[in-house]
Amino acid sequence: MNHDAYPDNYIRGILNSVKSIAMVGASPVNVRPSYFAFKYLAQRGYDMIPVNPGHVGKELLGKPFVASLADIDRPIDMIDIFRNSSHIMPVVEEALTLDPLPKVIWMQLGARDDAAAAKAESVGIKVVMNRCPKIEYGRLSSEISWMGVNSRTLSSKRAPAPTQGMRLSLNRMSVGGGDTAASDRAAKNKTEQS
Amino acid sequence: MSDRLPGFSTLAVHAGAQPDPTTGARATPIYQTTSFVFNDADHAASLFGLQAFGNIYTRIGNPTNAVLEERVAALEGGTAALAVASGHAAQVVILQQLLQPGDEFIAARKLYGGSINQFTHAFKSFGWNVVWADPDDIASFERAVTPRTKAIFIESIANPAGSITDIEAISTVARKAGVPLIVDNTLASPYLIRPIDHGADIVVHSLTKFLGGHGNSLGGIIVDAGTFDWSTGGKYPMLSEPRPEYHGIRLQETFGNFAFAIACRVLGLRDLGPALSPFNAFMILTGIETLPLRMQKHCDNAKAVAEFLAGHPAVASVSYAGLPSDKYHQLARKYAPKGAGAVFTFSLKGGYDAGVNLVSKLQLFSHLANVGDTRSLVIHPASTTHSQLDDAAKVKSGAGPDVVRLSIGIEDKEDLIADLEQALGA
Repeated sequence: MNHDAYPDNYIRGILNSVKSIAMVGASPVNVRPSYFAFKYLAQRGYDMIPVNPGHVGKELLGKPFVASLADIDRPIDMIDIFRNSSHIMPVVEEALTLDPLPKVIWMQLGARDDAAAAKAESVGIKVVMNRCPKIEYGRLSSEISWMGVNSRTLSSKRAPAPTQGMRLSLNRMSVGGGDTAASDRAAKNKTEQS
Repeated sequence: MSDRLPGFSTLAVHAGAQPDPTTGARATPIYQTTSFVFNDADHAASLFGLQAFGNIYTRIGNPTNAVLEERVAALEGGTAALAVASGHAAQVVILQQLLQPGDEFIAARKLYGGSINQFTHAFKSFGWNVVWADPDDIASFERAVTPRTKAIFIESIANPAGSITDIEAISTVARKAGVPLIVDNTLASPYLIRPIDHGADIVVHSLTKFLGGHGNSLGGIIVDAGTFDWSTGGKYPMLSEPRPEYHGIRLQETFGNFAFAIACRVLGLRDLGPALSPFNAFMILTGIETLPLRMQKHCDNAKAVAEFLAGHPAVASVSYAGLPSDKYHQLARKYAPKGAGAVFTFSLKGGYDAGVNLVSKLQLFSHLANVGDTRSLVIHPASTTHSQLDDAAKVKSGAGPDVVRLSIGIEDKEDLIADLEQALGA
């Protein structure tokens, strides 16, 4: 997978297929991006599990915190890692000990570890880096267009009015990743310089 | 469903617009409302805290305006956009995110006279100091960079003479200086030039001109290219530091490659207030649907008129980059191969008096202070759009006393040429 620019169909396939998402580094502080993303994905119908050893015994929006991936009592489709790039590898190594393996490992906006990604991909796990699933879901469903964001999708069908807990259609005609290529190139240059 | 890239004309008609969820209306409805109801208290709090996508109040966002924003972002190849009340308002909102009092920005000397005036006088009172550079001398931009420089501002096709700016060369200077390049793309429109493809980090438009295109609605827009890293060195605290207005959110961390557009919305538009009327957004959207058709006709007509003027005995010179003899012709071939725009100047052998005489005799051309209308327009910049400049600055910006500016419309070119011929002839 080219991790500099993901085809929409790759992201769409992931968000349409996963049901359970363990969020590593989920924060109960309601101004942290992990909190927003957790809440949004829960509202869109995903089975969310907050993972953070510092908050065991507490709940995030009604879901009990667990200390580690190994403590989760059910198969996980996707692991969403809200940690800095330098803390990615141990999480991926722990994920690779799970049975069954997760189908997707997703690293948040700003997080990227190519070695960890290669390790996960070598056992057939799909990897997304430096993206936010909330933003991607909002973009592909065009919900985010309310903020003036370029969804890079088109549709001539009547839009559903979104309500709480409702899954939106991500199956719009895609304009492809090409039209925000400038932003993708800038991210790539930044990775190469660092 | 497949990942394919539709063409420019398809995007001009469709991007951002989807049949209305409630009524099925196919044209984008005018959501003429100040406010939007919340589902419950938690929903309201989420929206105010920037945690959920949705509408609150038309000063912050409006569904009609959002269609316009996504459409222009798509046409420019940006990650997001924000529509505001005018091009001038857009410039205030952009610089408010980038400059603190005492900071500097470098601007090309060849700009719309209103921008020169805004930068020189209005922004000075905010403590934002403009430093001028010459777009024909790239080294003058490098020399102008100081530790307080926060941005570089240029026009892609510069008012009034239609000169073409070497965007890539100036973007190299901006990258080296670690500051964003802002390009005013009003006179080109994305149909002719897409500045982001040439290194722009922020694109700004007066929507009032070719994008709206019909001379009926004011508007401005800011497009975020998603290319600039705002996090380094605390140089752009509006984007990189926790915002007290939003309980400590850091915009770059939260919104990634469209954080600048969000900053313009939630720190600029929300607090400064220059909201675009949804009615104007609707008018401008309707205009954009025909942008590719109109822009090509504008350019083809402009070239024919420029060629006619260049061959007329009463004309001393024509500044139009579409003419092979023009100083900017090579840059035009590189940056604007479909056409060099439709705004240009010429000077008359008879000087100022001949210019005044010409304007009074024209019957199809309208004498007014605008460009980018379906109608052909004429003005004498030295006494109008550029009148607030001193004489030396007028000449430097291409608006000397003998200069007449035209904005060529989409009428039949034979009629435009006949009108100029009768007005020049007598």
